[in-house]
Amino acid sequence: MSYVLRRLAHSLFVLWAVVTILFLMFRLMPGNPLAAYINEQLNEEDQRQIMAQFGLDRPLYQQYAIYLWNLLQGNLGMSFFRREPVWDVIVSALPNTLILTTTGLLVAYLFGVLAGAWLATKRGTLAEGVIVPAALATRAAPEFWIGMILLTLFAFTLGWFPSGGANSAGAAYASEWDRIFSIDFARHLFLPALTLALYLQGLPLLLMRSTMLEILHDEFITMARIKGLSPWRITLRHAARNALLPVVTAFALGLGATLGGNVVVETVFSWPGLGRLLVGAVAQSDYPLAQGAFFLISLVLISLNLLVDLIYGWLDPRVSHD
Amino acid sequence: MTDASQTRLARPGASRLWSAARSILRDPFAVAALAIYLALTLMAIFADELRTHDPTQILFRANGRVAANQPPGEAFLLGTTNLGRDIYSQLIAGSRNALMVGVTAAISVAAIGTLVGLLAGYFGGRVDAFLMRLADVALAIPFLPFVIVLSGFLRANTWNVVIAVALLLWPNTARVIRAQVLTLKGRAYVEAARVTGASDMRILFVHVAPNILPLTFLYGSVAIGWAILTEAAVSFVGFGDPSRISWGFMLQDAFVSQALSRGSWNWFLPPGLAIIAVVIAGFLLARGAEEVLFPKLRS
Repeated sequence: MSYVLRRLAHSLFVLWAVVTILFLMFRLMPGNPLAAYINEQLNEEDQRQIMAQFGLDRPLYQQYAIYLWNLLQGNLGMSFFRREPVWDVIVSALPNTLILTTTGLLVAYLFGVLAGAWLATKRGTLAEGVIVPAALATRAAPEFWIGMILLTLFAFTLGWFPSGGANSAGAAYASEWDRIFSIDFARHLFLPALTLALYLQGLPLLLMRSTMLEILHDEFITMARIKGLSPWRITLRHAARNALLPVVTAFALGLGATLGGNVVVETVFSWPGLGRLLVGAVAQSDYPLAQGAFFLISLVLISLNLLVDLIYGWLDPRVSHD
Repeated sequence: MTDASQTRLARPGASRLWSAARSILRDPFAVAALAIYLALTLMAIFADELRTHDPTQILFRANGRVAANQPPGEAFLLGTTNLGRDIYSQLIAGSRNALMVGVTAAISVAAIGTLVGLLAGYFGGRVDAFLMRLADVALAIPFLPFVIVLSGFLRANTWNVVIAVALLLWPNTARVIRAQVLTLKGRAYVEAARVTGASDMRILFVHVAPNILPLTFLYGSVAIGWAILTEAAVSFVGFGDPSRISWGFMLQDAFVSQALSRGSWNWFLPPGLAIIAVVIAGFLLARGAEEVLFPKLRS
């Protein structure tokens, strides 16, 4: 239990640090953050009033306190361009990003772990000679470039999948759940999720393979062989379980890159998620929206990291008892 | 390294580096990686001689029309863009940017990571706790969004990408080096140095640092690829340096100019393959170095 509390406290500390960096980053940016809001025709008095309304006339530490207080209440301000509360905008984009990320991750890690475990038993075969370099190449490729190739191949040349968006234009759904479970949504999701999965599978595959190769020489595996257990049982129940730990670690370390990478994949497929929102907001100098999108991406990242930590503690009890 | 034997006597670390370098040269993967780096460097140095056209110039055909969307051929080795620019020449010109971004970012990441790792591992206690918390925070910041915000709000400038990469990518290097320093700290020769009255700084930089240099090179070489990938991604979403031709810029140009729906593979395939080659070189070198550093994997 104390392990869970410790990890929770740590996550909260990191969240606070990231939020503070975010505050400084956006306050120290060149230019007036209200440049888009303040009309040149406004006289000085009006300008001062708007500054006061946003609390920008106060010293930095008071602005920081106001910022933290607003954040706690989920108040991220108004988007300059959309003239809507930032919170509403980012929360409506969140499901799309979460679904894309989790689908990509799940497919990538399921495939990578299984294929990696299987490859470890195929030392020196043709399969190894083909799959290992291929996995290496997909890891080295720019994510958006994989997306561009899939898009050209499956959307523009073969016409099997739509070329962008999350839903067909004009489609209306009774609820958010109806939208997400529609076939139309799945068809739109396929290519971006495949891009993400292709990009991500290399790491678990290669890592699983090399850890398995190491473990298969360990004494307890020899023991299992002597006991006459079937090779498949040895591979899965004895070796793979132990080889999973480094994969979980790598998963946690790679989460930041994964979520960040979404930004480019969402751009390629015009996927209406947080990443694309962030890119658009930065391009339009929409500070509150950019800050809000960045905050939510960080929040998702920190929550996922916490989740992975807890799973890790459960998989490897040595971690949680120190 | 003119007199290797003398250096070896003087410093145990230098000999380790030298023997690591020698065993890397025996590894075919590492040699392939070095060949890729060499090709990239030569391409960047002789870019002006290698390219057939000015990469930014709009080219015309003999009949006076803009040479737009030309297929690969004798006149244009990889064809032309939709505005009549030579793709092959852009690819060559892009190598300069890739080399510059990759090398500067790699040096910064390796330098920061090594320094932090050394200090945290050697001094331990509060220094260690502070630096490792800092590493935790850096790892919790979503990498690409951070780079995009930084280069979007500051001026679109390649150096901003390098700065962002350096700011966020050092923790992995630092953690590994810290762990290595922890094991080295207890070695007899470090104890011996301390007994002779060597200062902390001398022990750290003369006795410990040389032994972790192979790790520094390893993480530096991986960072080259990361930096190039990051620069490409930032350019792709539209916040790249508009005054420079990079492989990321080429991909963005192809994407927004509908090269995908036209099926202009000759436009967007080559820059991606070039990026893959350089990033893979980092992986291969790391793989080779891993086998040198952790011989257990070699069997």
